[in-house]
Amino acid sequence: MQLTVLLIILALLTVIGYQMGRSRAVASVGGRIVELHSVPSYHGFYVALWAGLPALLLFAFWGASEGWLVMQMVLSGLPDRLVNGDAQSLGLLRADILNLAHGVTTGREPDPEVVAAAERYVRLHALGDWSLLVIGCCVAIGGLLYARRRIDPDLRARNRVERTVNIALVICSLVAILTTIGIVLSLLFEAIRFFAVVNPLDFLFGTHWSPQMAMRADQVGSSGSFGAIPLFAGTLLITGIAMAVAVPVGLMAAIFMSEYASPGLRTWLKPILEVLAGIPTVVYGFFAALTMAPFVRDVGNSLGLSVSSESALAAGFVMGVMIIPFVSSLSDDVINAVPQSLRDGSYGLGATKSETIRLVVLPAALPGIVAAIMLAVSRAIGETMIVTMAAGLTANLTANPLDAVTTVTTQIATLLVGDQEFDSPKTLSAFGLGLVLFVVTLTLNMVALRVVQKYREKYD
Amino acid sequence: MSVAVTKSRYQSEEFSARLRRRYAAERRFRIAGMVAVGIASLMLVVLLGSIISKGYTAFWQAQIRLEVTLDKQQVEERNYTALLRQALYAQVPTATDRATRRSLNDLLSSGAPYELEAKVNANPSLVGTTQTVWVRADDEIDQFMKGFIRRDVPESERRLNDVKIAAIDALVANGSIRSTFNTTLFTAGDSREPEQAGILGAVVGSALTLVVTMLLSVPIGIAAAVYLEEFAPKNRWTDLIEVNINNLAAVPSIIFGLLGLAVFLGFFGLPRSAPLVGGLVMALMTLPVIIIASRVALKAVPPSIREAALGVGASPLQTVTHHVLPLALPGILTGTIIGMARALGETAPLLMIGMVAFIVDIPGGLTDSATAIPVQIYMWADSPERAFTERTSAAIMILLAFLILMNGLAVFLRKKFERRW
Repeated sequence: MQLTVLLIILALLTVIGYQMGRSRAVASVGGRIVELHSVPSYHGFYVALWAGLPALLLFAFWGASEGWLVMQMVLSGLPDRLVNGDAQSLGLLRADILNLAHGVTTGREPDPEVVAAAERYVRLHALGDWSLLVIGCCVAIGGLLYARRRIDPDLRARNRVERTVNIALVICSLVAILTTIGIVLSLLFEAIRFFAVVNPLDFLFGTHWSPQMAMRADQVGSSGSFGAIPLFAGTLLITGIAMAVAVPVGLMAAIFMSEYASPGLRTWLKPILEVLAGIPTVVYGFFAALTMAPFVRDVGNSLGLSVSSESALAAGFVMGVMIIPFVSSLSDDVINAVPQSLRDGSYGLGATKSETIRLVVLPAALPGIVAAIMLAVSRAIGETMIVTMAAGLTANLTANPLDAVTTVTTQIATLLVGDQEFDSPKTLSAFGLGLVLFVVTLTLNMVALRVVQKYREKYD
Repeated sequence: MSVAVTKSRYQSEEFSARLRRRYAAERRFRIAGMVAVGIASLMLVVLLGSIISKGYTAFWQAQIRLEVTLDKQQVEERNYTALLRQALYAQVPTATDRATRRSLNDLLSSGAPYELEAKVNANPSLVGTTQTVWVRADDEIDQFMKGFIRRDVPESERRLNDVKIAAIDALVANGSIRSTFNTTLFTAGDSREPEQAGILGAVVGSALTLVVTMLLSVPIGIAAAVYLEEFAPKNRWTDLIEVNINNLAAVPSIIFGLLGLAVFLGFFGLPRSAPLVGGLVMALMTLPVIIIASRVALKAVPPSIREAALGVGASPLQTVTHHVLPLALPGILTGTIIGMARALGETAPLLMIGMVAFIVDIPGGLTDSATAIPVQIYMWADSPERAFTERTSAAIMILLAFLILMNGLAVFLRKKFERRW
């Protein structure tokens, strides 16, 4: 509430600051704008930045640290018997206070001291918000007044504003790098915790996957086993089926569209592939699970084969359909990048169109097509919804496409959906799988993008 | 003197045979291409066809007409269930013994008493009168009326027993069952009962998520693109950023979900299931898409524009903000809308951050628990009831309608503002 008010006040102050800076700059030279170093609007932006930016930084800093700060203050006021525990009970205490403060009732009868602490937490939080409002306004007005006093015909307002904007632009372009670092760190950090419990070699080369951990040591099957080979094999099987569908169809579709189809036909065919590419994966998943899988099973049964109702074939086929437009648009690009002179040379020697394509265009485009296929493979490996909905959950180590297999992404999704404690090996194993997935797809993408780039340079 | 007509080798038997073979190969190749395109088109038709044929029935819902006597005492005790049941027994002639009556109780949706209560609360003068009300039927009655539960299967394998079917026949005979447009689907949140389940909660959740995504990824994405395209020096550092952005665009979406789980939920302690977190994750995911599209749009603005602006004394920043950006804006906008459409259809990262919970209420803020349309589809697809299957298909149609709308807007913008230099 107070935060919204503060944001509105800040927005108002920056607008006022802009007007103030502008009019003061004009007034300072008596209307002869030529005598200003920078145009009046830059003076306006200068004051507006001084009004808005410091307060906004304070706001961001406060938002990041307030909860922690208030909690520390509350905890320091609690008796030792509650606070002096190990890290786990302290975490529990924190969660209790937070729950009570937010009005969430837990099953247990709360300790009166904890209730008092929760009330204190709410009070301090409110106090903090109010003081932020007051301090934020003071900072903003202070900045505004300071900047307004500095307005002067010789003030290099443009340079200062532009430098600030430039710094902002650099920071924005760093967000992408930060995201990558965030992904790597979060995966590594959690995966290391997982590998502290499970030997990495057992994980990478074990052949038995059953992540269910028992609550007590004496239960049957109490030790979860984390051999990920069945998952890798399942992923490869489904990816293989998908590629068997997507590569021939996608490649031939690209060839047909770029070499054979008339422009009129192409304006019809291109949108069809684009629509296929734009359909959300969850829709493909629904289609695979409710239409394709029963269809495959019925066909198999009528042929006397025993087909699982979650067969790898159904999931793989639908995934292949999803990837067709991906393969075809990438191959379309590389086929079009082959210079016309190569084709003309081939026609001049009397080759037919298909001979030109098979013997000249495709070999010339081969590196690009291989790269496209690699990108498609990485896409298939990382695809989650189709396999989560249509592939099985049991980790079978099989090469039979009619059996149910499970994949890396399916396991990540099922291990992490629902409420779990964050530090059981079962939950952490998802991060181990995520790390493997990230490394594999990153390698494929890096190599493929490199090849595409190299290849483009060759013909440019 | 006769001229010896020697056949040229281009007319020899072997040659024409070879030529025939080559032309046949040419035809085969061409047909293979057509088949490939045909398969792709066929799959699209099958996919959309199966969804529409499965789902169009979800837009209708069976209702039962009841003559409810709003007895004053029962109303005061809020015993609307009993009122509705009394009215139902009166309509069905076979409802004489207890077993039949108990069986009939399932005909009405468990939400029907609340419907009636809302009606009475809105107009208290109804108390004491007899009113004709149409209330929602239970999903199995609905499915039966739509013909998905067949009466020729043996009773033990059917979800409706003979008593209920007889009662339905009686109701149909006196015109007490009708099929109306299913408004619940558009106005309600999720529910365990198919006839009370709606998509509105998920639509609002998706909208909130997309707002966060847009507010974060569009300004940051455009700023990053402007920096990389217009200001950045060409050195190893910017090369690294570029390679990094291209790779980020190809990282599987579920990895972004893991990032959100570990960083936003684990490290910053933001609430689970909140559109705020969903939007943050989606923003990181769409950022590369927007940066790449914006860079393409900026690159398409010819250098002469920049040179002219710089020539009349504009600073580099003024050149960009006054001239280059406005000219590139349609392209940037198109890329942004396509990125948003992708974010709207994305499911996997939202599963990771807990937006997959069963939430009845329609979310009112960025930190409320919420779900999104694709996640709702995922959850409904898992439900065993036949009625949820058709609602899943209907939800897919609604999602596709939103996507078509967004992509249509993008195409329109591209067509309208496209500029060839």
